[in-house]
Formats: sequence, C-alpha cells, structure tokens
Amino acid sequence: MDLPATPSPLARVAPTTPGATSERTQARRETLKVLLRRPAFIIGCLVMIGWIITAILGQRITPYDPFNSFSGGHLPPGSGHLLGTDRLGRDVLSRVMVGSRDVLVVAPLAAIVGVVAGTLLGLVMGFYRGLIDDVLSRLVEAFLALPVILVALLTLVVLGSSPLVVVCVVGILFTPIVARTVRSAVLSERQLDYVTAAKLRGESGPFILTREIFPNVLGPTVVEMTVRFGYAIFTVATLSFLGVGIQPPSADWGLTVSEEYTNMISGVWWPTLFPALAIASTVVAVNLIADSLQSVLNE
Amino acid sequence: MTIETTLPPPAPAAPVNSALKVENLSLAYVVRGIPRPVLRGVSFEVRPGESYGLVGESGCGKSTTAYAAVRYLPRNALITGGRILVGGDDVTKMNDEQVRQFRMHHASMVYQDPGAALNPTTKIGPQVAEAFTVLGQSRRTAEESALKALKRVQIADPERVLQRYPHQLSGGMQQRIVIAIALASDPKLLVLDEPTTGLDATVEASVLDLVRKLQAETNAAVLLIAHNLGVIRTLCDRVGVMYAGKIVEEGNAAAVFESPQHPYTLGLLRSLPRHGVRKSQRELSTIPGNLPQIGTNLPTCVFVDRCQIATDLCRTVEPPIVDTGRGGWTRCHYRERLGELVEPAARVGQETVSGEQTLALSGVSKTFHQSGHDVPALVKVDLNLYDGETLGLVGESGSGKSTLAKTILGIESPDAGSSLELGDHSLAAQSAKRPTSDKRSIQMVFQNPDSALNRGWTARHILARSVHKLTGLKGKAMNERVDKLASDLRLTQRHLDLKPRQLSGGLKQRLAIARAFAGNPQIVVADEPTSALDVSVQAAILNLLSDLQIKSKTSYLLISHDLGVVRYLADRIAVMYLGRIMEIGASETVFHGPNHPYTEALLSAVPNVDGEVRQRILLEGDIPSPANPPSGCVFNTRCHRVIRGLCEVTEPPLVEVEPGHLMSCHIPLEELGRLQKLAAERRETLVTPPSPDTTTDVPAAVASEETPAPPSPPA
Amino acid sequence: MARFIGRRLLLSLVTLWLLATIVFIIANVLPNDVGRTILGPFAPQESVDALNEKLGTNRPILVRYVDQIRGVFTFDYGDSFVNGRPVLPQLADAIGRSAKLAGLALIITIPVAIMAGLYAARRRDRPVDRAIVLLGVTSSSIPEFVTGTILVVVVGVQLKLLPVLATPPRNADILTQFRFLLLPALSMAIVYFGYIARMTRAGTIEVLQADYTRTAAMKGLTTAQTMRRHVLRNALIPTVAVIAVQIGYLFGGIIAVEKIFNYNGMGQTMLSAAQRKDIPMLTAGVIIIGVVYMVATLIADLTIAWMNPRIRLDAER
Repeated sequence: MDLPATPSPLARVAPTTPGATSERTQARRETLKVLLRRPAFIIGCLVMIGWIITAILGQRITPYDPFNSFSGGHLPPGSGHLLGTDRLGRDVLSRVMVGSRDVLVVAPLAAIVGVVAGTLLGLVMGFYRGLIDDVLSRLVEAFLALPVILVALLTLVVLGSSPLVVVCVVGILFTPIVARTVRSAVLSERQLDYVTAAKLRGESGPFILTREIFPNVLGPTVVEMTVRFGYAIFTVATLSFLGVGIQPPSADWGLTVSEEYTNMISGVWWPTLFPALAIASTVVAVNLIADSLQSVLNE
Repeated sequence: MTIETTLPPPAPAAPVNSALKVENLSLAYVVRGIPRPVLRGVSFEVRPGESYGLVGESGCGKSTTAYAAVRYLPRNALITGGRILVGGDDVTKMNDEQVRQFRMHHASMVYQDPGAALNPTTKIGPQVAEAFTVLGQSRRTAEESALKALKRVQIADPERVLQRYPHQLSGGMQQRIVIAIALASDPKLLVLDEPTTGLDATVEASVLDLVRKLQAETNAAVLLIAHNLGVIRTLCDRVGVMYAGKIVEEGNAAAVFESPQHPYTLGLLRSLPRHGVRKSQRELSTIPGNLPQIGTNLPTCVFVDRCQIATDLCRTVEPPIVDTGRGGWTRCHYRERLGELVEPAARVGQETVSGEQTLALSGVSKTFHQSGHDVPALVKVDLNLYDGETLGLVGESGSGKSTLAKTILGIESPDAGSSLELGDHSLAAQSAKRPTSDKRSIQMVFQNPDSALNRGWTARHILARSVHKLTGLKGKAMNERVDKLASDLRLTQRHLDLKPRQLSGGLKQRLAIARAFAGNPQIVVADEPTSALDVSVQAAILNLLSDLQIKSKTSYLLISHDLGVVRYLADRIAVMYLGRIMEIGASETVFHGPNHPYTEALLSAVPNVDGEVRQRILLEGDIPSPANPPSGCVFNTRCHRVIRGLCEVTEPPLVEVEPGHLMSCHIPLEELGRLQKLAAERRETLVTPPSPDTTTDVPAAVASEETPAPPSPPA
Repeated sequence: MARFIGRRLLLSLVTLWLLATIVFIIANVLPNDVGRTILGPFAPQESVDALNEKLGTNRPILVRYVDQIRGVFTFDYGDSFVNGRPVLPQLADAIGRSAKLAGLALIITIPVAIMAGLYAARRRDRPVDRAIVLLGVTSSSIPEFVTGTILVVVVGVQLKLLPVLATPPRNADILTQFRFLLLPALSMAIVYFGYIARMTRAGTIEVLQADYTRTAAMKGLTTAQTMRRHVLRNALIPTVAVIAVQIGYLFGGIIAVEKIFNYNGMGQTMLSAAQRKDIPMLTAGVIIIGVVYMVATLIADLTIAWMNPRIRLDAER
C-alpha cells in the first residue's frame, strides 16, 4: 500500500478508523448471517466438516483398520461389520471413512491451480483486450472444446499417473473456464467510470487492474473457486474410477467403486454403493455451499 | 380519418364521474418478513379527459402509486388499506381474471425505456396486432387496426415499421408504438410512468404533443408520473405533490406551480433554476436533510424533519387538509407562514471570468471507424475556454458533446491535424502521454457517481489517492489536503470513512467533485453532473460548483441536456449538431436570441415549469446518421427556416455575427431576428390552444424512421 | 446470414487447428520419447529405437506436427500403435453406438429439464421452486458413474426392472435396445438435467421481470398466452447455449458410464486404448469429441441468431 492508513494527528481521532474497520467486519458478519439462514449452506458445511474430520482422524476413529483383511471375502452388512466387507475382507465402513483423504487433497489443489491461473488470465484478457484478448480467446475456445476426462486420460497415459499430474491436468483444464468467467466480470467492470477516473489521474494499467478492479471481481472469483472445487472432486473421482486417478492401495472412493462394481451383478452391492454415496454426499455438499454463496453475493 | 368517427360521444359534464379514484391507499413492501410502509394514505381522483400529475423526488412513492392503479405490483407489495376505484370497480379486490379483463379494456400503461417495453424477438406488426386480437378481432382485422394505430401515433411509413424489430427503431418511435399499443382498447385510464425520460428534448416535445392530442381524442384519464416538473406542467391539468408516501399538496397545475402552498412544494420549485436565474445573481434554494428512509414511522406531518417553519405542533398533531381555493388543498399547519421561507440573498461582484485564455482547440476532428465505415463524431471544432468561465455544451444525443469532452481529457485521441493547447503549450493526444501537470490541470466529474467511484474504496482512500497522484503530496501534507477538500465540499470526517454505497447520491457526487479538485485543476469537465440527482440535491451541487469556481477560478466545461442548469451555470454556450458547433456565444445572447434555427428549435422544445405559452418548433425526423451527413448545412434536413437551393448545397462557415457571438447559418442575424420576432408575435395572437378539429390538419407524419440502418458507403 | 455462417466457420477452423496443436503437444512434446513411454523404463534402448522407427515417432518434431495437422483436416487420424491400421474406421462403429446412447440421454433430459425450469421460474421462491433448484444442484453435481452405480443397485439388482448391462443381444428390436440403453442413458441424463433446468429457470425469471412481459400483461393476455408468445423464445436463448456446451461434456462422461454398463462404445474403446498406450487412438478420440463440441456450439450459435433478430441482423451487416 502506498497510502498510509494512519490518521493525521489533527482531525482524525480514535473513533473514525476503528469505526471503519468495524463497519467492514460488520458487513462481513452480515453476509455470514444471511448465509447461516440458509439450510442448504448449513447442511453443505456440516457434511464437508464431517468428511474432513474423518479424513484427519482416520484410523483413530474407524471401527477397524481400513487396510487389514478380516475375512476371506465379501461379508454382507450386519453385525460386526456395519457396512459389510469388501472382496479382500476389509471393513467397508472404515474404508469409506478414510476414503476422502486423497481426493480432499488433490481436488482442492487442482481447483486452486485452475482458479489462480484462470483469474490471472481472465484479468489480463478482460483489461487489455485488443490482440492479446483475441489470441487468448481463441486459445480458451480451443481448450473449452477439449473433453476434460478424455484429455486427462491421454495426458496421464503419456506422463504416467501421479497425484501431481492429476492436479496439474485438472487444474489446467479448468483454467480457461475460470478465465472466461473472470474476463466477463472484468469487462463489465472496466466500463465503469472509476477506471476512466484512474486513467485521468495517471494510474498505470497494472495498478488499475490489481488495486481497483480485482477487489471488485473477488466475489465472482470466490464463487468460482467453490464451484471449481466441486467439479474437481467430480473429475478426480471419475478419473480414479477409470483407473488413472488415485492409485491403489488407497481407500479412495472412486477407486473402490472401480475395484468392486463388477460384483454388483452378483448381488454384492455394498462395497460399491457406500463409497458411491460418499462421493455423492461430498460433491452435493460442496455445490450446496457454492450455490448459497452465489445467491448471497448476488443479492 | 376513421379514428375520429369511432370516437365515443364526448362525455357529458358529469358530476363526480371519476375515471380513477384512489382512496386512502396504504401500501407496504415486505422486506425480510417486516412490512415497510411506502404509501401512507394516498387519495386523489382523475376525471375522464383530465391529466393528473404526481410529482415528487425519487422514493416518494409516486411510481408505486401508478403501478398499484393497474395492480402490477412486485410480489412483496402488500396493500394495507384503502381502495382504488376505476369506473366503480375496486382494483384491489379483483381476482386474476378480473384484473386481466380490467387491463384489457380499461387501463393501459406507458413507461420509461420504450426499448425494453417491446419484445426484442418479435416484429412490431404482431406486437401491435396482438393488442387487437386479444380484444377479439380476427387476425386480418387486427393487422388493419395495427396499421391504423401506427398512423394514429403519427408514424411515417407505418407499413414498413410494422415489418421492423424494435431495436431497428429510434427511442421516440419505440415510445410511439408503446403508446399505440396502450391506446388499442381506448382505455378509460392511461398511466404514464416517466414516458419521456431518456429521450432527447426535441423527441420529448413531440411525444408530449402526441399524448395531449390523443388524450383529447379519446377522453381518457391520464395519470402522469415524472420527475421533470416541466413535463408535468406541460401535460397536466392538476397535480399532486408527494412526499414520503403521502400527497402533501394538490391543486390546479398552474396554481400549484405559481403559488405553492406547502413548504415542500415551495422548496422543490425554488431549488429549480427558473426564470433565467444565473449563478451570478443568487444561489439556488435547497431543502436541508434527506428523504426519510423507507419504513420510517411518520405519525404526523411527513415533512416535519426538513421543514424550516415546523413547530412542536407539527410534531404532535397531524396537519389538517386546508382548502387553498380553486379545488386545491394542502396539508400544513402554517400555510400563512410560508412567507418566512426566503430565497437566498443576491450574490454581488462575484464574476469569475477573466480575459485569460486557458484552453484552445482548433480544427479538432475525431473519426470513429465502425465495421469499415468512417463515422465522424467531431468535425473541425474550434473552441476557446477562458480562465474562470463556464462553457455550456448543448445538443441532442449524438451531437458529439461527449466526444468533445473525452478528446479534451485525452480519453479519445483526435484525428491528425487537430490542435489542443493548454495555456502556452500543446496537449498530447492521449491522457497517458500527458505530464502530471497537464493531468492535474484537466479533470472530470462524471454523470453517475455510482459508476465513477470505486465501490471497494473508502471516500478517504479515493481522495487521498487522487491527491497523491496529482500533487505528489504524501503523509501529513496529503492528509491535510484531503481534509481541506472534504471541508470545501462539506463532507465530514465520518463521511470520509464510508464507502460510496453508504453515502447518499448527493454526497457521492460531492465526493466525485472533490476528487476532480484534488490537484487544483484549471479545467473541470462536468458531463451531466446533476442529471442522476433529485432537484433539491441538484441545487446543492450547482451551488457548490459555483462556490468552488469563485474560490478557485477554475474553468468548467459543462455538458447538460437540462437547459435550465446550463443557463444557471454557463457564461457562454456552444450548441453542437452532428459533431459541429452551430452557434457559440454569451449565455444570455444565445438564450435571448436572435439565435441559430437549431438553437431556436431546441429551446422551444424544452418543457417549461413556468408554463409560458409557446408554439413549439417541430423538428422533422431524427438526427441524420453521422456516417452519412447531409450535404451543405448539416441541419438543412430538419431546419424550419431552410433556404432551398442554398442550404443543401453550401455549408455556412462559423462566423462572428456580433462581438463574441459566432454562428453557422446562411441567414443573416438581422433577418433571423426579424423572423423570430414575427413568430413570437404570431404566437401571442394564438392564445387558445388548437382545437381537436384543427389538429387533423397537422401533417400526420412527423416521426420518420431513425437510421441505425447500414450507412451507405460514400459514393 | 451467409457471411455470419462463413465467419463463424472460419473461426471454427482456427479453433480446430489450435485444438489439434494442443493435443499434439500433449501426445508428442510432453513425452519426448514415445517408444520409451510405451515400453516402460526397463526396456532395452534398441527395442525403444526400433519401436520409434516403426511408429515414425523418431522423425523431426515439426514433420510430425505438419503431418498431424494435415491429418486432422483431411480426416486421417493416423494409424493405431497397436495394430497399425488407420484409427478412424476402427472408431466409427463405436462412435455410432455412443451417439445412440448420448442421443437418448438428451432426448430424455431436455424436455423434462426445460419444463422443470419453466415451472420453477413461474413459482419462484416457493417450495416447488426451491425443491427443483435443490434437485438441479444435486443432480448436476453427482458424477455419472456414481449415479450409474446407484441406479444399477436399486433398479437393476434390487428391483430387477431393467438390465444392468447396456449391450443388447444381437439383432434386438428397437424396444429391447431402448430397454437396455435406458439405465446408462438415465445416469447421464440426470447430470444434464441440473444444468439445463437451472439455466432455463434463470433465463425465464429474467424475462418474466422484463418490461415487455409487463407490456404483454397490460394488453390483457392470459398468463399462458404471455408465456407462449413473449417469454418462451427469449427465455430459452441462454438454454440453447448451455445444451450445446453440455453435448461436449456428455461425451466426456460417457466413458465412465460405458465402463459401468460394459457398453462397447467410444468410451470403452478409449479406455482400452489407454491401457495399451495407443496414443493415436486417444488423440483421435479427443479431436473427434472436440469437433462434436464445436459443431454443437456452431449449431447453437446459429439457432440463437435465428431466435434473436438483433444478433442475426447485426451479423448481416
């Protein structure tokens, strides 16, 4: 900040500056209050917090060791094993409880990569327009035409599967989508007269972009971040199901479904259904949060 | 004309036969489960053939009243009391089907922004015809009716217009079509909500003329909502003045506007620059304080908090309705004490203009390139600005006034060959290439403070940053400068810690002005600085602008469509048309005349609060496309004094016709003076307005299609 | 209109070129030794070289690039690394089967989703609307393979209503084919329901608040007439764009669905190509789906231009 926020000793005495900050925190508190009035938001948060806790505490709270075999094979849900055992005799409930560990690391990282890169790209495209925007827009258009899952498949075949590659591939494929959202936000922002006023007092492009415009497009960016997080879980789970995402011996939900789904036909549905429901609950929870955020910030 | 013959017989002078009767209407908006009162017992009636105007500042409830009358209210609106009677039926008690029948047969509405009022994906023909098929006409008949309806609203070439989409028509044309649809069922009640806001004065004038003519034909009751008091005065027989959800005064339009009987009405009218008052004569009156927030409990007089003659009585006892004669009344305890409200004293010896020239433009042109066509927005403009003067820039939209301002500011770069000089040196074309001293010298005040102020910054940050960038001051010196600016613009320390959205419209605009003055500018360009504000706030801003000018000798370039504002603030006036200056001269000379035919027409079009009897000069058609300007004098296609054979051949040069008065017209000044005097005399003999019979002699088509059509490439 | 289409086609070709370039970079530049990628880190260098020679992947990178780009525009997507035969004919049947599945999913989802969106918009903020919005959020966030799994367990295994494998017996009549395809198509349809319904709802709400809707109501039209004549066309414009984008994604999700239901379409072909590291097959798949996406958005743009005279007439200039 080139502007000292310190009040001049003369006129501004104590009440003003704290007044301003309290006003800001008050605004933030208002937003939170409105959010907390939405049952969808609360349910989403509770589910997410639940999965985060089980992922962190892991073996300390699971009824059995998730990686140990307790029987020769599938046991139906019932006494002893609440949700049954899988094909290797491992406790399904314990595995479902720790199954969020990998995806809850990989997916947020991928979302962050996509949102950070996309925001930077979108800011530049929206603000400078002209040739830069034209060229980048074509490129974005081409990236949007790429089928995410299939390109991820191709890349992971080429580079070999590792969590880092998954993060990068998913992140990069999300970049153009985020860029497009941020670009349109910047475009409508830069038409406003405060941008002209800034130019008239001689502000540089980067200053206007980062200090004047960026704070005002932060809202849509935060929403986009949450939405992308949901999609990242969606995509990573699908990749794991296809065998190119999280690798064994992880208890990852998508991976587990891919290992067990063929047994559904013979009536062994429990090792598949429970991790599937776990995925569903997580993605829905994130999207409920994103949807609430979006409607509250738009109000 | 068939329309005349299908008219119902004129209504007999029936006793108390009201078309619309609103009785003690109370209405609240439910916000987060809590009803917040917006209307607090509104009562008025409109008789058939009468125009009733509701005036008041934004937030007073006038639009809500209008929408309540046709039962088109937002879902969170709750009618908490009262009745709305149209032809004896209570609108508030109707079920959905009854409301539909009511809208189909008895009530119609015309609103602001005609472009949005027409379905963008359907041609005009079906949209107009639909208003007739819904009444039970066959498709064939409805199509014929649609054609007639367009002729009735005086649209030239109606067959072709029926085939168009809304976006291919000008705003004035769109509004005529909305009016045609509204009148399809010959409604008893026509509600007009800001029908001419956003239209140019010349178009506004013709739309108002049309409404008056059609009202005379149909004998409909008109309820007009407008923030522009001139529009109300032009169209209405009676007016109601609203404040905070209540009518505080009602009466004959002339009586209310000439001798207001309520402190609010008086304040509202006095805050307007009227009767040609100028900044050098006196300050404008303002109404202290702000409109109470929606939902505030106001048990007694709604205006009490801002009234300067209020006493304890006003706070404890609701004022009675006091008859003011001629059917008028006011809600005030102290009608006889209105004389205590005095206008600001005269200003003396505060002329600011000096002979020093500060800005000189010569041969400034600006051509835009649009899809392969050259569109000249400025054509060889020569202009000087002197120290401490205000130059008013007027003209219809598209005349190039904003482009001229942007070129001076360096937001648009002029074509090669243009010369801009500030004092003793020439100005770089682009703002970014100008040295800081030039940037601080020329600053701008924008029309809309919401857009002009970064909503993420506090007022203090906004000011401090401008001070820092333009003066290089830092730390304590910078803060002192910020405090000085704030106190000059009457902003308090508390205001400085707030973000723009926490400030009222007037405070925001003051902040924007303070920012423009951050570096002691020589020139401030003000583009419609008050058009987003209510009149009482506008008065305060205009006062501030002239005070600042007296203190700092800053020159203003003032762009405004409001000629009252221009006349109050400007020392000189430049009239622009199609990117050219048609006339420039001292403000009084230009207003008083003899003036350019275009200026003459522009001045005659403005609806006047003072209701002077004037004959309007109808400009034929819309502004031609700048891409394809008329040959010769660019105004010849619309000029009422055109000399055939000369004006369309040779473009008249801008020459000095008398000292300090330049004009671009073939007709000599003396001749213009003679013609205009003649017209004025003719006007005086024409005391009564033309009867409905004579209106049929008026050429049926005055509005022709606008030209967003492809400009034909130059031959 | 011709100029508009021409311009739009030209832009599509540029996009296609960029798309092919991106894919080329992934497949050829990232692994700078294709033979090594296929054979793994422990294979002897001689066999890697031999493989590169056989596959033509030892040629200079620019030559390969020009070759691939030319191939993209001349419908020559190269030869399979596995069997050495051109990939396109091998893909053709699989594409047809996948298109059948995807088409069925769209036919199921579009009308239902649009109706739901319209219904929700008309009853904005009421319980029905909230329920539809919630259903939309939920359905569009759950991955296809999860929906597929749940459907198989509930409808196929527990209720035994529909077959759990998608491939119908040979020469099955259309109704049987439909029965077999219903579950996989449903699991895709559910995801797209959410997107389309939400977009329709948002578009309709905006149009319902527009001034011209008020004009229609003030004419005295019934609600049904207003919806049909003024609301629908304007409200569905954004929905058309969303449907087009979803068609591209539809083919992305199809891979997992085909795996669950063991359906021998594009997705299964791609999965087995991935297991065998058949890079030309994979790149062909990516590009073909990219083309499908581009064609879908092209059709959508033309539809939107047809629906909205403003775009159409501006384009004609």
